[in-house]
Amino acid sequence: MKGVKLSVVFVYILFLMLPIYWLLNMSFKTTNEILGGFSWYPKNFTLESYITIFTDPTWYNGYINSLTYVVLNTIISVSFALPAAYAFSRYRFMGDKHLFFWLLSNRMAPPAVFVLPFVELYSAMQLFDTPLAVALAHCLFNVPLAVWILEGFMSNVPREIDETAYIDGYSFPHFFVRIFMPLIAAGIGVTAFFCFMFSWVEMLLAKNLTSVSAKPIVAVMTRTASTSGYELGLLAAAGVLTIIPGAIVIWFVRKYIAKGFALGRV
Amino acid sequence: MIAKTVNQRAWFLVLPVLLIVAMNAVIPLMTVVNYSVQDTFSPGVFFYEGTKWYKEVLTSPRFHGALGRQLTFTAIILAIEIPLGVMIALAMPRSGPWVSVCLVLMAIPLLIPWNVVGAMWNIFALPDIGLLGFGLNYIGFDYNYTQQPLAAWFTVVLMDVWHWTSLVVLLAYAGLSSIPDAYYQAARIDGANRWAVFRHIQLPKMKHVLIIALLLRFMDSFMIYTEPFVLTGGGPGSTTTFLSIDLVKAAIGEFNLGLAAAMSILYFLMTLLICWVFYTVMMREEET
Repeated sequence: MKGVKLSVVFVYILFLMLPIYWLLNMSFKTTNEILGGFSWYPKNFTLESYITIFTDPTWYNGYINSLTYVVLNTIISVSFALPAAYAFSRYRFMGDKHLFFWLLSNRMAPPAVFVLPFVELYSAMQLFDTPLAVALAHCLFNVPLAVWILEGFMSNVPREIDETAYIDGYSFPHFFVRIFMPLIAAGIGVTAFFCFMFSWVEMLLAKNLTSVSAKPIVAVMTRTASTSGYELGLLAAAGVLTIIPGAIVIWFVRKYIAKGFALGRV
Repeated sequence: MIAKTVNQRAWFLVLPVLLIVAMNAVIPLMTVVNYSVQDTFSPGVFFYEGTKWYKEVLTSPRFHGALGRQLTFTAIILAIEIPLGVMIALAMPRSGPWVSVCLVLMAIPLLIPWNVVGAMWNIFALPDIGLLGFGLNYIGFDYNYTQQPLAAWFTVVLMDVWHWTSLVVLLAYAGLSSIPDAYYQAARIDGANRWAVFRHIQLPKMKHVLIIALLLRFMDSFMIYTEPFVLTGGGPGSTTTFLSIDLVKAAIGEFNLGLAAAMSILYFLMTLLICWVFYTVMMREEET
């Protein structure tokens, strides 16, 4: 019984790793070798594709642009969501339930609906083709998500703590920053991780809100794939490099991933 | 637990979020509504058309086709991912040094940019140089996803299962690990079989997280765009053109603003309605 169970998990993880291995395999081949035929491992091991990416400004700027708007978005989302999540978890106020659903409905809105109006909106605000435009646009789905997750974590903190702090004479901002935020530090970390993740993986808005100077890595990849024929080796190496940031951050929040996906409600 | 206190000043705490989300949601939505009732022949010249676009969308076979494919796709992936995810979560060891490693490995697909997922599967499934395509042909299947609709569907579904089943696993696992050991011991004393343990202990504990999993998987699969677009481009023909792909094609590819806007509104209303149902169920669950 136990053996069967473990082999189910093993087969599943193997299934997850195969496409990733294939990408890794190709990133060490030259495009000619890739197109030359099927092989399990690179016969002429080469780092050429990676060297191209790290020396060609269009490529590495793509990574820098992507990381810029992702970090900006994470900071904006978390700092805006903190007070709102506190309000939702602690108080009842006029229209609170409707407001909460309206926020969530934006997490559910298909980005495809918003592409064109977003381009117009951010062009009108003179922000088109800047990382800030993408960071703000991603707030559409990340801010509601952040509010949702943080509210879950905050509701697990007993309300008595707030009251004791007020009785002890703490002002609200002082209490919030000094006492409350350390209590939900794990929640803040998880929220930041999720904002990072959803901003990092999104492409449709990021691609359409930028053209030249703020072009994110995902857009560099699709354009390269279509313009210069089919540089498979390069594409594979760029793909591998987009997996690395995610793999690094995930290690730090490994204990809380599930809790975060359950929106702090387990 | 102390009841929440009524405090209208809480609005001030919510205001920043309200403003930033409203800027991103209300203004663009109004633009879309605007487009959906107007027509244009040259840039900047618009005139009122009433419900013309809505009628056109609602009666167009193209929209019906995309909607039908979308619903089929969502139904298929939910029917595979939810049971599979639960099964794998049940098979996970409950503790030990390997649990973290397993969870991290499983979460990796969730963190890959969606176009990279598409590109990765595009190559992985190529019949001549990709492991999946080559393998399937090698064992005797005639498989080419760029030409056969069925193969394209198989690949898109498999890709989504690869990409998102881990989300269900993580959620179900979180639900399972909140069950105290005492429950299992009690079940053993009562001589409960495997199914009874699942039905009366594990499933009720997972119910809550599974609703969240269902909600998240539903909404994300309903707005899926990048992965199938990069993998198949909506083809062969339009056999894997889902709602978002069709929408972007109409808006940016054909620049048919009125039609695309009317489609957007209908699409948005559908998502909103279904999510409202989920949300109501979830909140009721939370209160009990």
